[in-house]
Amino acid sequence: MPISLEEVRHVAKLARLDLEEVEMLAFQGELNALLGHFSDIECIDVGSVEPNAHVVQAYNVWDEDVASEGLDRQRALRSGSLTRAGFFLVPTIIED
Amino acid sequence: MVFGLTAAALAQKLRSRELGAVEVAEAFLRRIESMDPLLGAFLTVAAEQTMDWAAASQKMIDQGEGGPLCGVPVAVKDNISTDGVRTTCASKMLENYVPPYDATVVTRLRRSGMVMLGKTNMDEFAMGSTTENSAFHPTRNPWGLDLVPGGSSGGSAAAVAGGLAPLALGSDTGGSIRMPAALCGIVGFKPSYGRCSRYGLVAFGSSLDQIGPFAHTVEDVALVCEAITGHDPKDSTSLDLPPISASGLKQGSLKGLRAAVPEELTGDQLNPGVRSVLESAMGVLASEGACLTPVRLPSLKYAVTTYYIIAPAEASSNLARFDGIRYGSRIAEAGDGHVEMVAKTRARLFGHEVKARIMIGTYALSAGYYDAFYNRAQQVRTLMKRELLSTLQEHDVVLTPTSPVTAFKLGAVNDPMALKLLDLCTIPANMAGLPAISLNCGFADGLPVGLQIMGAPLEDERLLQVAYAVEQALPDAQRRAPFSL
Repeated sequence: MPISLEEVRHVAKLARLDLEEVEMLAFQGELNALLGHFSDIECIDVGSVEPNAHVVQAYNVWDEDVASEGLDRQRALRSGSLTRAGFFLVPTIIED
Repeated sequence: MVFGLTAAALAQKLRSRELGAVEVAEAFLRRIESMDPLLGAFLTVAAEQTMDWAAASQKMIDQGEGGPLCGVPVAVKDNISTDGVRTTCASKMLENYVPPYDATVVTRLRRSGMVMLGKTNMDEFAMGSTTENSAFHPTRNPWGLDLVPGGSSGGSAAAVAGGLAPLALGSDTGGSIRMPAALCGIVGFKPSYGRCSRYGLVAFGSSLDQIGPFAHTVEDVALVCEAITGHDPKDSTSLDLPPISASGLKQGSLKGLRAAVPEELTGDQLNPGVRSVLESAMGVLASEGACLTPVRLPSLKYAVTTYYIIAPAEASSNLARFDGIRYGSRIAEAGDGHVEMVAKTRARLFGHEVKARIMIGTYALSAGYYDAFYNRAQQVRTLMKRELLSTLQEHDVVLTPTSPVTAFKLGAVNDPMALKLLDLCTIPANMAGLPAISLNCGFADGLPVGLQIMGAPLEDERLLQVAYAVEQALPDAQRRAPFSL
């Protein structure tokens, strides 16, 4: 089923991408082209095969509970676009 | 002339004091200064830090320390974190980002004494097959300056093929080391998933990404692997195994080698020139005693489709961290709240292909579509892995071309689907976590053709042995681009 412009807007919102209208249209086209190919795998008989999110069989890889040096705060802040008094500054997240 | 030497030969001259690490580094930096404007392989030349690395390496040599490649220069793909050296992932989002730490592979390069020259160009966030998606400039192929070098590690491949660095590191998610290696006529290797630490690699597809080396010879590639691979507690997907060893490299033989050749990747999907060179090379291997058997691997038909669901899905999650707050620039207008600021920053600073893949991935994972797309793709992935593993029980290796085409003109392939189909031979190794290598096996219309060899998971040493034997049987394999001489 082709993807509507409304759905493209919704996906862009989920992905936190403030796209221009012309970009929305372009992505609608690209997504629809890909969807055509995605339908190829709908017909494969996968039976009860387990989905494989990973290729290595590694589970619960734990670290020893030993304290060690973390990243120095000054260094961590160095790349921030807006910082003050040891914090990264952001616009208000929680409003009334 | 140092630029024509293999890393192993250069290392020997350094150890014997015929050459010094500082003069070698200076020579390569000078060559980069004069020749890189033609190639565009580098985004950042480390210069000052390079000389520090070189001085430290010389000290190691003087004290009889350091690894087998001590003092040999290396270029590093710009999605691998380097402390104090700009790391952009070829994106405007990270145009001025300087990491506060080294990736594990970079720490290991330092420890072994290799000398970092700088950071190489790539497709933005490793998304692409031609390096044309770099936000800064394309990279050109040393075999033809109007041709693409492949991607996404095109800068690293061009640097080595063009004689600007004897070694380079790249990353491979769907073929991003092997494909540019093939188009640039050099050796490129992707280790088994989990053998090379991803700590410090800017993540694209976490279940697919691996870092690996580029060089002119299999021996050089094996020596780099010895230095950079092996368990890393900082990467929880890093397997508890020792580094890949180069010690048994020259002991392999083609006699009795059982090679599976999948019909799905060696027929009409290939450019006729590539097909003909491949058949010729396979003929040589057969005459040396290898046993080549056609096999059918039906799931490979779906490799590209499943990859273009799984990789973007993982990328959409991995790239969520780029919000302009902790790293990178931010774009905000007066009155913008948090969400507006993040959405504007991402829309303006990510390139088109990156946004496209985030959109695809977000869609595939969204409510209502997760089962139809992502889950199903993971099931097909399981089938693909099973088919490949079962083939590798009956055969020692799987042989395919690396790329269905040779290097093409910059700007020639615009259709997004056509570009994706170029990865059809390389994607399966990432999907199944197999080690895979590309080496040159001949020329079609004067352009390099890559042969891909895939092995069973964790049989990296065995694969490198086979690759070495293949390399010895194909003398054309080591021919260098005229640009590099």
